[in-house]
Order: sequence, then C-alpha cells, then structure tokens
Amino acid sequence: MQYLLLIYENEKRFEHGYDPKEMADYQAFGKEFASKIQGGKALKPTSDATTVKVRDGKRLTTDGPFAETKEQLGGFYLVDAKDIDEAIHMASKIPGARFGSVEVRPIMTFS
Amino acid sequence: MIDEIYKADWGRLLSGLIRAVGDFDVAEEALQDAFAAAVTEWAANAPRNPRAWLYGTARHKAIDKLRRRARLSAMAAALSADEEAAAPALADDSAVPDERLRLIFTCCHPALAPEAQVALTLRTLCGLTTEEIARAFLVPPATMAQRLVRAKSKIRAAGIPYQVPSFEELPARASMVMAVVYLVFNEGYSAAQGDALIRHDLCAEAIRLARLLRALPPVPVRELDALLALMLLHDARRDARTDAEGEMVPLAEQDRTRWNRTQIEEGIALVKDALRHAPAGPYALEAAIAAVHAEASRAQDTDWRQIALLYERLHSLHPSPVVALNRAVAVAMADGPAAALPLVDALADELGSYHLWHATRADLLHRLGRREEAIAAWKRAHELATNDAERRFLTRRIQGTSLT
Repeated sequence: MQYLLLIYENEKRFEHGYDPKEMADYQAFGKEFASKIQGGKALKPTSDATTVKVRDGKRLTTDGPFAETKEQLGGFYLVDAKDIDEAIHMASKIPGARFGSVEVRPIMTFS
Repeated sequence: MIDEIYKADWGRLLSGLIRAVGDFDVAEEALQDAFAAAVTEWAANAPRNPRAWLYGTARHKAIDKLRRRARLSAMAAALSADEEAAAPALADDSAVPDERLRLIFTCCHPALAPEAQVALTLRTLCGLTTEEIARAFLVPPATMAQRLVRAKSKIRAAGIPYQVPSFEELPARASMVMAVVYLVFNEGYSAAQGDALIRHDLCAEAIRLARLLRALPPVPVRELDALLALMLLHDARRDARTDAEGEMVPLAEQDRTRWNRTQIEEGIALVKDALRHAPAGPYALEAAIAAVHAEASRAQDTDWRQIALLYERLHSLHPSPVVALNRAVAVAMADGPAAALPLVDALADELGSYHLWHATRADLLHRLGRREEAIAAWKRAHELATNDAERRFLTRRIQGTSLT
C-alpha cells in the first residue's frame, strides 16, 4: 500500500537555517528506507505560500497558507509499505517526528 | 444449542473467517447468515460437527458475497480454488482455525480510537450485539453502529494488518490490549447503569481474552499474569456480591463460603508469581489487594494495614483520587474512622461528584456518631448513583440510619 507521510512542525525552528546534524539524520533516513521511498520533498515556509480558489468562475489569489495553524506542513514522503504498521514504523524514524508530528495518510486508489 | 455455540464460539469462528476472506463486513454478514441458516436446517438434520458446519457454510456464503461484489475478485478466485480441497476436512473441529489472538491486535490497534477498540473487541471477539455494546457504554445504538462501521472501514482503508505485532513492538501493543481487556472486565463488574449490578458475560469474556493472550509464546509483559489474577479474584466474589433478590451486598457482609475457591487459588498463585518479579506494576498491586481480601475467611480477619500499604504503593505509582479514597477506607478499618475522615475530606474537590466518595464519608460519619451528617451524605450519594442496585442499597442505608 502507498502512504503519504506528512511532516508537521513549527516552522519557526527553521527561521535561522537547518541544523546540519538533523540534515544528516534525514539523509540517513532516506538511505535506510531507500527501497520504500517513492518520493519526498521539503517545503519552503508558509510565508512563501499562496492560496488559490475559484468561485463562480472567478479566481481568487491570496497570500499565505490555506489555514493558520500552530504546526505547518513542512515536507512529505510518499512511501510503499506492507501495511500501516510498517508505515507507522517509518513515520517514527523521520527526524521531524521528534519535534512535531507525522500524519500517516493512505493513498486513495480509484478502480 | 445454537445459542450456546453463538455465545461460546462466535469470536473464534469470526476471527477465522476474517483471516480467510480479509474483510470484516463480509465475514460478519456471512457468519450471521450461517447462524440464521442453522436455525432452520438443524431442526431437521443436525450436523455431526456444528462448528465445522457453521464455519464451512459461512465460508461459502462469504465467497458468494465476494463474487457478487466482484470487488475482491482475485481473493474470491483464490478462495474457491482451495475450497474443494478444504471441504472434506471441515467435517472435524480442527478445520476451524483460531485466529482470535491475531485479531485482538487488529481490534486494539492504536490507529483506532480507544472507544472504537473496545467496541470492536466486544463485537468481533465476544459476539456482543451492537445494541448490547451501546447499552454498556451509554450511547444510542445508532452512534455505536456508526462507530463500528467507521472502525471497520479504517481497518480496510488504512491497511491495519491482521497480525501479532513484531517482537520489539509487542510489549507496548500487548499493554494496549490489556487495557482494553480490563475495560471490558470493569464494564461487566460494575455495570454503569440499569438494574443488573454485574454483567457476568462481560467478566467471563475479559478473563477468556486474558487467557488467550497468555497463549502468545513470548509475552514479555509480566503484568498480564497480574491482570488475569486481578480479574479472577474479583470475579470469584460474583455469587456473593448480590443476594437472592439481586440486591448489592457489600464486601464486609458477603457470605465468603460462596466465593469461588478455585478461581481464588488460581488468582493467588498468579499474584505471588507476579510479585516475585519486582517492581510490581499497577495490576499486580491491585491483584495483591484482592488477594489479601480473599485470604481472610471472615471480614474481621482482613489485614487492613497491609491493604492500606498496598494502596499507598499503588498511589505512588499512579496517583489518583479514587486510589486515595480506597486507601482512606483501609486506614479507617485499620486505625478507626477518626484517622480516615481527614483523608477523605481532603479529596472533596476532586471527588465531590462521585457517589462513592459521599457514601464513604457517610459511613465514617455514621461510625463517629454524627448521624445527621451521615444521612445527608448518603442522600447525596443516592442522587449521584446511576446503577439501580446501588441506589436501592443506599436507600436501605438511609432508612437504617434514620431508624436507629
């Protein structure tokens, strides 16, 4: 099964750049689960986000994320896991889980 | 006979089916259909092995359902391929696989909400109806049905597996299962509302589930023995806890010859073993308290000082106002009501809306000769109690005190 692991944490932590030790941890995570990881990216902060919606055919574009929250989506991995137990195990190994939370979402398949 | 099999074997039959067809709903519907078919067919011609008949029939029905849904067509094809091979073996009981142990870890998976874990365990492994579970947890049947549907659909959608967790995760996961088992037991031991004080079937189910868990080869959780001991020792008092009219009998007034000696002996042996392996956890301490009660053949022989000490240790492990209240009761028995009343009064803020706090206070005030205050406290306890048998007990106390 495919799962998206969404990493939420307070982005204030990265205002002054990334901790090299933590970056190394992310690299180690990527190496350990290389055969399972199908994709993944880190995101720029929500201050760089733009939200778009279309109502009555009209496009509305606003500055900022779609909702203000205490923890923000900061990155994600798309993984292929045997079941949720394996996905949870991987989520617990993501460095961000030590500071924020990782949400495990099964990918929808349309048949 | 069908009723008996339903009660005793629902969980085993259903867990085997779920494992075979990989779908909670299909397995549950098929098993229900098989029981319905049994009602008509067995009247004319009862099978030699009823369990194997039910399992075989339900399995056929499940395959039919899967074919009709055609959603899991590959699974249906795989199942019907080995169907012929499996058919002759179904004549005997060994053809019915026991997958309950695997399934209990699915039902108590941390990805499910705690209340859903309990409900799913009762429905799937204990065979309680949705209505019965709803009644036990004081929610409308529609709410409980919704809760079960949501849990089952998450198991499918999120890929919650049917398996015993890996060795490294087993201790933590087994603790969660134990918490659910204990919740089931408590629900049975002190039914939250209604007329019956004890739901025997729930207590028996909890004990059965704990025994099942012990069958796990490397259960590294010593607390499991303690939990089983705790439940056995409490459940041993079952027949003495209510009188012929179904009225509640307090511990001190129970006819101890009606306690179940076999269960007590098994429980005490388990506690002793659990306590030998320090440090004792909360289940072991609670079991030890129950064992001290069980060892006193008359209420006045109870070693209350020992009980007060055990509650003190329990409180230092898991501080809780209810444990503090129990400790105060033990102190009252060991050192008299005057020593205990300040301990009880200190809990007023935390337990002011708990009927047993008022009942305990009433009892102490009564023993100190403060009759008016005692009656007022019993009345408050009566207002707050939700179980009918407990309320009648409190009414008798109020009347008894007013008369003397």
